[in-house]
Amino acid sequence: MTHLPRLARRSFLLGLTAAVTVGRARLAVADAPGEARFIVIILRGALDGLAAVQPYGEAGLHDLRGPLALPEPGQEGGLLDLGGFFGLHPALAHLHAMFAAGEALAIHAVAGHWRSRSHFDAQDFLESGEDRRLDSGWLNRALAALPEGRGEVRQGLAVGVGVPLLLRGPVKVSSYAPPGQPPVPADLLSLLAGLHAQDPLTAAAFREGLRARGFSAAALAGSEPPPGNRNAFAALAGAAGRLLSRPDGPRVAAMELGGWDTHFAQPARLPPVLRELDQGLAALKEALGAAWAHTAVLLATEFGRTVRVNGTQGTDHGTAGVAFVLGGAVAGGRVLGTWPGLSDLFENRDLAPTTDLRAVAKALLAGHLRLPPAAVAQAFPGSEQIAPMQGLLRG
Amino acid sequence: MIARLSAPGHIAAIRFGLGPRPDQPPPAEPEAWLLAQLRSFPPAAGPDLAACAAVYYRPLDGNEEAQNALRVALLRQESLAWAERVLTTEAPFAERLVAFWANHFTVSRRRGGIAPFIGHYEREAIRPHILGRFEDLLLAAIRHPAMLLYLDNTNSVGPNSPAGRNRRRGLNENLARELLELHTLTPRAGYGEEDVRALAALLSGWSIGRGAAFQEPDGFFFRPGAHEPGRKILLGRSFPEGEEGGIEALRFLARHPATLGQLAFRLARHFAGDDPPPALIRRLEHSLLETQGDLGEAARLLITAPEAWQPPLSKFRSPLDYVIAVLRALGMGAEAAQPLLAGSFFLDQFLWNAPAPNGWPDTAAEWVAPEQLMRRIDWAHAWAGRAAAAGRVQAQALAELTLGPLLPAETATAIRRAGSQREALAILFGCPEFHRR
Repeated sequence: MTHLPRLARRSFLLGLTAAVTVGRARLAVADAPGEARFIVIILRGALDGLAAVQPYGEAGLHDLRGPLALPEPGQEGGLLDLGGFFGLHPALAHLHAMFAAGEALAIHAVAGHWRSRSHFDAQDFLESGEDRRLDSGWLNRALAALPEGRGEVRQGLAVGVGVPLLLRGPVKVSSYAPPGQPPVPADLLSLLAGLHAQDPLTAAAFREGLRARGFSAAALAGSEPPPGNRNAFAALAGAAGRLLSRPDGPRVAAMELGGWDTHFAQPARLPPVLRELDQGLAALKEALGAAWAHTAVLLATEFGRTVRVNGTQGTDHGTAGVAFVLGGAVAGGRVLGTWPGLSDLFENRDLAPTTDLRAVAKALLAGHLRLPPAAVAQAFPGSEQIAPMQGLLRG
Repeated sequence: MIARLSAPGHIAAIRFGLGPRPDQPPPAEPEAWLLAQLRSFPPAAGPDLAACAAVYYRPLDGNEEAQNALRVALLRQESLAWAERVLTTEAPFAERLVAFWANHFTVSRRRGGIAPFIGHYEREAIRPHILGRFEDLLLAAIRHPAMLLYLDNTNSVGPNSPAGRNRRRGLNENLARELLELHTLTPRAGYGEEDVRALAALLSGWSIGRGAAFQEPDGFFFRPGAHEPGRKILLGRSFPEGEEGGIEALRFLARHPATLGQLAFRLARHFAGDDPPPALIRRLEHSLLETQGDLGEAARLLITAPEAWQPPLSKFRSPLDYVIAVLRALGMGAEAAQPLLAGSFFLDQFLWNAPAPNGWPDTAAEWVAPEQLMRRIDWAHAWAGRAAAAGRVQAQALAELTLGPLLPAETATAIRRAGSQREALAILFGCPEFHRR
């Protein structure tokens, strides 16, 4: 028995593709020929790129960010160095090890092709690959251009909460959710506890309900993991890795992880989510085994966050942020992109965008999945002027 | 804090109704919308009494396995039809009144065997009478097999009846006691044990037939051989022997001022808060006395009573109300009938499964419990995920649809700022206001 007998057996006996759901994280997988594995992880809620990859060499960072700026590498609680100017958040230790091994790179000042600061609009655009609402995602349209796989691979299996827009479209992908209700994220419970806090009818019962479920004040503040939900994302990422590692397994997957919307108490609330992500990436690499060498993973979020710290020790919706590409197929160990500096902010609040996220995605579709130009164009219609980014991949 | 803005369209939809749907937004003319539902609402179709009885009695051919399958199928058919009805109905106020009166006259599947009758009971004994006279509703409910079985009257035998003398069997007081305590007078009216005995004697022989195979009717069947002979004295009044004596006694109880006063209180409590304004109770009581228990008139009075409209959101939604409101908000139809039932089970108010003859509670104090709230969040979060994944809903639009001006700014901000559609929907369904009607 493997750790995933049900998922694996169902998926492969039926020759189906699958999607997996655990908690706030979700995975959908699809089949594509060849050895290359491609995984897209959507970080829903807008990751603060300046917190994940902090330009500690930038003058004025501490003035702008105040309590959000971390100590330089080498100091207590300091950043993990990425080559003398940027430092990785210390909660991303596994990712840093991948940087050191030349298997991970960051691209800074990345933004999508939209300028909406609405989560919902921006996530739709991020997934659809267009700046209008489509009912299909760019990853699905890219798959549509691939030749048919074995037998039934394009049939769908929908179990659980479904397939993200990124993978919705003409190519049927299936979804799977493990049994049981997914746990409610601690930050959502914390928010609801706040809304109920003044309610004469429900406040006490709500508080007691959380206490009975083992939520401490620290868990509600997000500074320690919620009980019984140590890291659902790592389990899910491991499941994805095991599925994708199989020779007859799917080649393309989409996952997501929420919890990034750090409007308040960012120093306490961001590290647990970064750690959850970091452990998931480590689990993914381990489960992929030998297939890791043929893997590229893209981590993208809908937009960055404001440069200045706000009045509640957090950051609000911004523009440019950071994207990561990792895997054995990646020419890593570097921070790419054109650094715009912090002296001239976009609309006097956000990191100015210098790289279009589509350039990164197109490079991976073309260079890693080896899709023909027509297929890449189908994934990102109207993006002819955006050239695929060079230098992301080995060989 | 609870918003106290005037929002008559939303109040009509969520307090009188079962919650707005995307295809049933809050009405522009709330009173007219509610009154129209009282002029006509559709009957509910389903299996007839013979079909219910066929799976209740031991099978004539001895094939219990086949009959079990039929029983399960019948209950499933009735439950799913019920769920689809409350999800999609365009007369949600009428459906709420059906549920209210069905709860007043609770029968429960916890009493083994009677489950196949419950759907029919609600459709045919309760539903047609919710706007008629209370005495007709009372008679229809009490004489239905579901009630006669639930409260053990089918085997109640007058000790001096032929059956009582032959087999040394006696009265079962269960139905009579609950009838006085729950359905009509309530103990405040000051009846005694002798009145319970008298009513039980009046109702002895009220039983159910075994169908055409035994040359008996389906449903109510008076068995003279089990009926206690002689006149009986109930609350100082004399009632004659025979089936007619029981009917007269029930009509008398239905018109009793103590009964109508209790009905006024319960109606007021269901629509105007757990501690309803005394003036509204008095007006309802007066109306019921004047009209000899005209329930349609009482419903119309509620619609026009200012107390039933202010303040908004003063009632805590029962679990079933909550599940229905969420699924209606998401625009779900027949496809969500089974999930609705599962949700009612998860939140501890499984359809037709009230723990006792006094039915489900109708006050917040009984429902606001820590685990109840946690489970609502669990359940709503799962549905928020499904709805967001299906990509058909926008949380802000749903917030406007379901709460509109009743949504506090703080909650609206939290929904707007949520990191995903799923989170935004979970905030809407989890916020204090959504737990109320």
